[in-house]
Amino acid sequence: MLAFVATAFTEALRQHTFLQYALLAGLLASIPCGVVGSFVVIRRISYIAGGIAHTVLAGLGVVHYLRVVHGFTAISPMGGAVIAALLAALVIGWVSLKLKQREDTVIGAVWAMGMAVGIVFISLTPGYTTDLMSYLFGNILMVSAQDLRLIAMLDVVVLVVVALFHKQLLAVCFDSEYAALRGVHVNRFYFLLLGLTALTVVLLVSVVGIILVIALLTLPAAMANLYARRLWQMMAIATGVCMVMTTGGLALSYGPDLPAGAVTILLTGTAYFLTVVWRRP
Amino acid sequence: MSTPAAIACQDLSFGYDGVPVLQNVDISIPEGDFVCVVGPNGSGKTTLLKLALGLLRPTSGRIAVFDETPARSRQRIGYVPQHPRLDPLFPISAVEVAMMGRLGRAPSLGGWRRDDRDRAREALAEVGLGDRADSHYAALSGGQKQRVLIARALASDPDLLLLDEPTAGLDAHVEEGFYRLLEQLNHRLTIVLVSHDLGFVSGFVKSVVCVGREVLVHPTSEINGQVIADLYGSDMRLVRHDHRCAEEGHQC
Repeated sequence: MLAFVATAFTEALRQHTFLQYALLAGLLASIPCGVVGSFVVIRRISYIAGGIAHTVLAGLGVVHYLRVVHGFTAISPMGGAVIAALLAALVIGWVSLKLKQREDTVIGAVWAMGMAVGIVFISLTPGYTTDLMSYLFGNILMVSAQDLRLIAMLDVVVLVVVALFHKQLLAVCFDSEYAALRGVHVNRFYFLLLGLTALTVVLLVSVVGIILVIALLTLPAAMANLYARRLWQMMAIATGVCMVMTTGGLALSYGPDLPAGAVTILLTGTAYFLTVVWRRP
Repeated sequence: MSTPAAIACQDLSFGYDGVPVLQNVDISIPEGDFVCVVGPNGSGKTTLLKLALGLLRPTSGRIAVFDETPARSRQRIGYVPQHPRLDPLFPISAVEVAMMGRLGRAPSLGGWRRDDRDRAREALAEVGLGDRADSHYAALSGGQKQRVLIARALASDPDLLLLDEPTAGLDAHVEEGFYRLLEQLNHRLTIVLVSHDLGFVSGFVKSVVCVGREVLVHPTSEINGQVIADLYGSDMRLVRHDHRCAEEGHQC
């Protein structure tokens, strides 16, 4: 059965460029997914990452509206997503530093309002509403060569930043009070981490969509965490797991024509629960 | 005043949201001292430590560390926090924890230098964990974790070591070994530690700072039932643990 799926998929891969793009998008997005996802898991900011992911809809919706209604094409939908995600990271980061006690309520508000803005602008835009579905649930088969270039560029940004500042990022995750005493600007690095999370979320939105992104960001890292003793091991394992999941999701969904994003998440979630049960002491 | 003060407080007061915690504190801790800060829960022991670290600012008065503001002296302070509640899966090794003491000395961009790794391993060897450097931090015992945090502080080459309740949750025999280590370190460092357990500590330390309604410094030989009663209220009883005598001798 598995061998059959694999042969059918490789055959289709040879014939269709869009499938090659989809595969490449999944593989490229897996690198920051593993690297930044590891930080998100050890710093326990999945909820913040979820908030950022959902505000991406505001960016996508506004840019989509401007394109269709006003013919404004200077910013691509993905560009709009990047701007919205970074803005959300700034607002949520500021809120979580200033209002420690009510942090979760405020993040929930930003989360929902971001989605609401997106829905309003999408409904104002004449034409098909299928775009809304592909934003929410992803449509990896629609990835263009231009999207791939943007994903590759964001990959480089994320990897360079992490390579330069991994000491401080690890210190801020492990013991931020101590890091501050050693002269590390912990708030700046917290914002840097949220910014990286925002960029990674946007990459993953093109693979699995806004609603499912948080699972792909955190579950591979959480699985890796059950085996890794060091952060770099965790990142490497998480990246590998993420690559297997996106490729597997694509291969399994292609034949029966199921939504690739949803199948990827079902695969990842199943793998996660099996790993947790398997590793239970 | 023959030796300069490691920590000097002049008329220091501090309060959270207008509720006074410390009032008019005037104490001086000379370099080379081994001080235990004691007092009941909520008396302001940890607050005093945070003021010395510059994490909090005095409401009035001043606190100086090596004749500078705490923020300016930070590179000379090694801080050992209360045993942090840690995610047991946090992926980090003992030597990586110790290397964090090198932050602020290592270049800020890129990875660690060989120098930083060597210094962290030396510090781990000094606390008796040379062979556990590459172990998973979370897999170490409570006492070993606490030693790693001391190694982290030592890796920053401090002149003053500040410890916040370092022995909370440790077994008695682990705790004793822990104090012996501190006593050795005291040959080259000033040590200030916050503790809830005055009776045990007094065998090892040179002076005691009692934080209560007022903050006072006692040589250890002066600690008796009256001091304890003043500090904790009359229901407390002094239980003597004479492990060994400090240089002044315990004549009580």
